[in-house]
Amino acid sequence: MTEMVLTGPKQTLFTEQLRLALDKWIAKYPRGRAQSAVIPCLHILQEANGGWLSRAIMDALAEYLSISSISVYEVATFYSMFELEPVGKHKISLCTNISCMLCGSEEILEHLQQRLAIKPGETTADGLFTLKEVECLGACVGAPMLLMDKQYHEYLTKEKIDALIDEVQS
Amino acid sequence: MVNIEIDGIPLKVDSSKMIIQAADEAGIDIPRFCYHKKLSIAANCRMCLVEVDKSRKALPACATPVTEGMKVFTHSKVAINAQRSVMEFLLINHPLDCPICDQGGECELQDLSMGYGEGVSRFTEGKRVVKDKDIGPLIRTDMTRCIHCTRCVRFGVEIAGVKELGATGRGEHMEIGTYVEHSLVSELSGNIIDLCPVGALTSKPFRYKARAWEMKAHPSIAPHDAIGSNIELHVRQNDVMRVVPRDNESINEAWLSDRDRFSYQALAHPKRLTDPMIKVDDDWQVVDWQTALETAIKGLQTIINKHGAEEVGGLISPTTTLEEAFLFQKWLRGLGVENIDHRLRQQDFSDHPQQYPLDNWTLGDVQESDAIVLIGSHIRAEQPILAHRIRQAAMMGAAVSNINFFLTDLLMPIEYEMAVDINTMLTTLAGIAKVLSTLMNDSDNDDEWQALYPERTPTAFEQNVAMQLSNAASATLIVGDLANHHPDAAKIRALVHKIAELSGSRCIVVPSANSHAHVIANTLPGKEAKNSLQMWQQSLRAYVLMGFDALHDTAVPVIAKQALKRASFVVALHSFDSEFLRQTADVILPMACFTETSGTFVGIDKQWQQFAGAVAPRGDSRPAWKILRVLGNVSHVEGFDYISSQDVVDEVRQIQAERHDKPIPPYIPDSLTVESDLMMISEVPMYRTDALLRHSEALQKTPETQRIQFARINRKEAEKHGLNHQTPLTLTQQDSVVRLPLEIDDSIADGCVYVATTTDAASRLVSLFGQVSVSQSEAAT
Ligand code: SF4
Ligand code: FES
Ligand code: FES
Repeated sequence: MTEMVLTGPKQTLFTEQLRLALDKWIAKYPRGRAQSAVIPCLHILQEANGGWLSRAIMDALAEYLSISSISVYEVATFYSMFELEPVGKHKISLCTNISCMLCGSEEILEHLQQRLAIKPGETTADGLFTLKEVECLGACVGAPMLLMDKQYHEYLTKEKIDALIDEVQS
Repeated sequence: MVNIEIDGIPLKVDSSKMIIQAADEAGIDIPRFCYHKKLSIAANCRMCLVEVDKSRKALPACATPVTEGMKVFTHSKVAINAQRSVMEFLLINHPLDCPICDQGGECELQDLSMGYGEGVSRFTEGKRVVKDKDIGPLIRTDMTRCIHCTRCVRFGVEIAGVKELGATGRGEHMEIGTYVEHSLVSELSGNIIDLCPVGALTSKPFRYKARAWEMKAHPSIAPHDAIGSNIELHVRQNDVMRVVPRDNESINEAWLSDRDRFSYQALAHPKRLTDPMIKVDDDWQVVDWQTALETAIKGLQTIINKHGAEEVGGLISPTTTLEEAFLFQKWLRGLGVENIDHRLRQQDFSDHPQQYPLDNWTLGDVQESDAIVLIGSHIRAEQPILAHRIRQAAMMGAAVSNINFFLTDLLMPIEYEMAVDINTMLTTLAGIAKVLSTLMNDSDNDDEWQALYPERTPTAFEQNVAMQLSNAASATLIVGDLANHHPDAAKIRALVHKIAELSGSRCIVVPSANSHAHVIANTLPGKEAKNSLQMWQQSLRAYVLMGFDALHDTAVPVIAKQALKRASFVVALHSFDSEFLRQTADVILPMACFTETSGTFVGIDKQWQQFAGAVAPRGDSRPAWKILRVLGNVSHVEGFDYISSQDVVDEVRQIQAERHDKPIPPYIPDSLTVESDLMMISEVPMYRTDALLRHSEALQKTPETQRIQFARINRKEAEKHGLNHQTPLTLTQQDSVVRLPLEIDDSIADGCVYVATTTDAASRLVSLFGQVSVSQSEAAT
């Protein structure tokens, strides 16, 4: 999705389909507490917008929830799963926190960087991958691990990484 | 009530209190950064850790409620160790730039690090650096110094009603800021300067001007609105370097509006008048006081002898003190002049001398109201502190409704609101009264009112507001400047007063600045004498003007201008020079400004507040009460041998005690129909209400002030008159034609065009709130 309708009164802020999805979350909280729905709403919007949140989208959400824009920015900047710049088609989030580090995440990172020819925080020239370094994703038991889009990949080795990337590229 | 012990001192405290509150009340010091008595508890700085008996570890005093038998130790080994550790963490990322930091010398972090910090840092890694943000002309940011106490963030949410600052990012990357750079919109924004415990948020106009220890604090009262906020003037040598709030729970609490905080800048303005001057053959000559005063008296006396005292008019700004007001009228009355007025922007005097008295209430009562209706008031701009009280009420669940000529974001939940032209305003108010009178079964005994009520059935809006008022345990109606300056103001006031009477509400007709004092001092026309409007319209031979600009502070700029040009003798007591003043006056007597004179302020709640002068008047200017005293003496008026301004106050008090005003029967308008085709909404912009403000540099740079250059009209009216926003708008009012850039703004009511006063263009218009015609021909001038 590239174009979103983002101005005007609340009804026209988002497409009908998006509004339905947002409203479902808003309805879970008491009236006047729509702010509580900000995280799931951001997820929905991020997914609808090709993996990232523009300022206009965040402002529109603030208006939709009747909260101030900064309250949305606060959440969006706090959580590393929200992207504030355009990202590649697939987002690889490699954990480099303690357990993964002890199990060799540094080598994995090295390898990923080489294979994709990018550094953490960058996107490949073909727009296929974005690489990110993240903190513990709660899967220490399978360290080292990474998250690609919505899928965990554990017990990583260089071979596993190659296979993963090959699969996407083909 | 529970019994606790802090540092061995037994205390009896309310069980709802936190340890820190109990300690504060007992005068026991606990270090803190994030806790503030007026804000919610965040407990995020941990500086207030104290040892509590039977607790395994130190507890935050600001977030630990007291319990029966609790023993607290604020200076035990455990407490001190905890506090020291917190301090070490806080200092990790804090720059060591105290010598170039404006907060130095009055910084809470600096003070506490003296007590709890180590001399040497163990942190050898790189400190983080945060980019500064531009948040407007009033507040300077140095965000690397921020310790993330979030006081400024909570202030926005809880007091200002608008969350503009927030904490973005997390951990090492957390930053306080607006994220998207913009000027803060809150009219109370300056308070975050005081709240910020470090030098992250400091005053922009005050930057690098002085150090805390070089200045002396003098208590004073802010002069710009009707609140009379308590302030402290920080003075170095003879200059007011800055203004900060002084706590007064019953008035401004701990807060101050930006207007009151930054207006001091004008005191040192190059346009300040410093010498008495007289006009000789169209040339201005600086003379000594004696000559100036004698010239003034001689000029006036000549006119009085030749044409009578009815040919002299005395007009005085409502920002002047009670003493000044009293002496002004006493002197003029001594000369036989009865044309005296301070109601410079008022146009409708039909309800004079009705004052809608309301005694025995406090600003706190507004906060406790459960229904509040604003009528013709842009309350945030007119009375920021009152707006704050209303906001607190609204946040506690009070229903706030708003009827005005235009709607703006009041930064609080609003129950019902309506943008109306004058006709709809009057019928709506009458409709509300009608609903109430039916509810109260009041219809038998006031035929006169019944005849005024609309015949139609009340609208939903009218019913809702009426129900709100009649259901409320405590309701407040507020009539603001926009209503009071309107040519049909008396009708509005009478209706609102009627509504208040029917619903048992409190009716507050908001005075401008110190006008309650002026009513007490009687700067009002005597019997058969002329009010301010008549003085201009009927063009007198001589005028005495005190403390205002005729072009900006009157209801009829062009008429005032012509009257002054035609007059044969004009005496002006003023603090600021202007070309127009020089063109029209014959004698200029430079008067001291606020901060330079002592006086009395009687605020909206009728509290008398006295203040002393803090600095000497500029140049050869003099406190106005002294000028008037000498004028009284030189003109041989009796009873002018006052020694101090206190003597004047005593006299006023005595007169007041002896006065027995008969109750005045309420004013009932004859009809409520008003001819209006396209009415100008002449708002006095927030930072332009008096001469002092208009000379305050930083306030003039705010986005609010920048925006006043535009005329505004809603889309519907724009279409009706064939207007677009690309071409400047031509406004015609009788012979006056002005051009202004146009903004289409749907918050403006139908049948109205918003044109701010006190601008160059507005000073070329005949009358505020007058009827205008609009066009957009390129050829107009
Ligand atoms: S800017 Fe000042 S008030 Fe705001 S969070 Fe930082 S230290 Fe606290
Ligand atoms: S440290 Fe990597 S998943 Fe927990
Ligand atoms: S003052 Fe108690 S935690 Fe900050």
